[in-house]
Amino acid sequence: MSALSILGKERIIAPPGYSRWLIPPAALCVHLCIGQAYAFSVFNLPMTKLIGITASAPGDWRLTDLGWIFSLAIFFLGVSAALLGRWVEEGGPRCAMFTAALCWSGGFALSAIGVYLHVIWLIYIGYGVLGGFGLGIGYISPVSTLIKWFPDRPGMATGMAIMGFGGGAFIASPLSVWLMRTFSTPTHIGVAETFLVLGAVYFCFMMVGAAIVRVPAPGWKPAGYVAPVQPKKLITTENVHVYQALKTPQFWLIWWVLCLNVTAGIGVLGQASAMSQEMFPGRVTPVAAAGFVGLMSLFNMGGRFFWASMSDYLGRKNTYFVFFVLGTALYAAVPYTGEIGSVALFVLAYAIIFSMYGGGFSTVPAYLKDMFGTRYVGAIHGLLLTAWSMAGIFGPVLVNYIRQYNITHGVAKAQAYNATMYVMAVLLVIGFICNLFVTAVDRRHHMKLSGAEASA
Amino acid sequence: MSAAYGASRNWWKLALAWSFVGIPLTWGVVETGVNALKLFQ
Repeated sequence: MSALSILGKERIIAPPGYSRWLIPPAALCVHLCIGQAYAFSVFNLPMTKLIGITASAPGDWRLTDLGWIFSLAIFFLGVSAALLGRWVEEGGPRCAMFTAALCWSGGFALSAIGVYLHVIWLIYIGYGVLGGFGLGIGYISPVSTLIKWFPDRPGMATGMAIMGFGGGAFIASPLSVWLMRTFSTPTHIGVAETFLVLGAVYFCFMMVGAAIVRVPAPGWKPAGYVAPVQPKKLITTENVHVYQALKTPQFWLIWWVLCLNVTAGIGVLGQASAMSQEMFPGRVTPVAAAGFVGLMSLFNMGGRFFWASMSDYLGRKNTYFVFFVLGTALYAAVPYTGEIGSVALFVLAYAIIFSMYGGGFSTVPAYLKDMFGTRYVGAIHGLLLTAWSMAGIFGPVLVNYIRQYNITHGVAKAQAYNATMYVMAVLLVIGFICNLFVTAVDRRHHMKLSGAEASA
Repeated sequence: MSAAYGASRNWWKLALAWSFVGIPLTWGVVETGVNALKLFQ
């Protein structure tokens, strides 16, 4: 028996009396760490001055070179989640969390060497590829375990974990700034040391999650929970194999639902600071705009928990209907808030929009569980995350292109975002239509196993 | 092992696990919240 056998699924079956409320903190141990990705931009400026120290010197990296690091990480998040989802599902959460910890901290270590030697390719491979694999494996690692522990509240359970991904940046951003300040001297910027410390801290933190996590014993159910005997219209009691799920229209409809919801949010997220200043010139200062971005991040994180929990009562399909209807109305209303000069209404509209952006991410695992069962939900979720990668490319491009087109054609900066808002509203209308067509998966796609066997 | 002993051990484990993730998360949220207040100044 190898030392690695302690990572196996069969070794982490929960003993009687184990509290299922230990699983969300285990998941948060991983998601709070990998959520650092959203705060990577704090390193961009310091890394453009590694040679010049006070200002960029010849030979220093440019922002355009550094921008690829985050893009590669998000790209490989989607790739690894899609390719390794089935392996994660079959290997169990501890093995996946351990692998994610190795990739994530290894990515930081390799990047530290890249910074020390001033070789950007090492950072592309370290943070971008290896770290990206850590992101993808880590993101999906606790999803199906949470769903199995919380059959009565799957939305709330996955919402808690995915909220951690949004919250990770809140910790990483001030921590990274403090570490860089600590390790910097008048002749040196402490990025490499910061990467090493972060890698070590994240490894330990993620290993705590791997140590805590357990899978429920076969046939386990929460006290007092009675599984529905008759499946509800949109909640199956059967299971669909991961590769079979790809052949269903439901998978692709939900893929578009997620992609369109994320495209609308992610495009505006990157422009939030500039947009608030340009729509309210002289009234929203750069400092206030930074506060606006922070506030939106809080709503993004809070929305992940709130909307996913609400979906347990509203139903997944109805929750997305709320996102699309309310989102369309709010995007269409944003230009009006600019016209009447109401910063308060502008902030309120975006607060709700970003809560629904976060909610879109956290509600989708439970939506997949409803459609395809629990057996391969983690792997199917991994495949669905390619929608995120796609949205990550199209959203910002769309917003930037429309804004630039308007400014080039003489539209005032304050109105340059109006067309973008209407385009986002249209995207959400398309999302609404895709969601409308989601129906129960045809029986011919179900696995030829009884529900109990398949869940085991 | 009595049920009471098991429940009290679970309670400690839960408190420890939730504090482990809750304290850094709360710190990060407060830091961000304080920065966000600049919007209203």
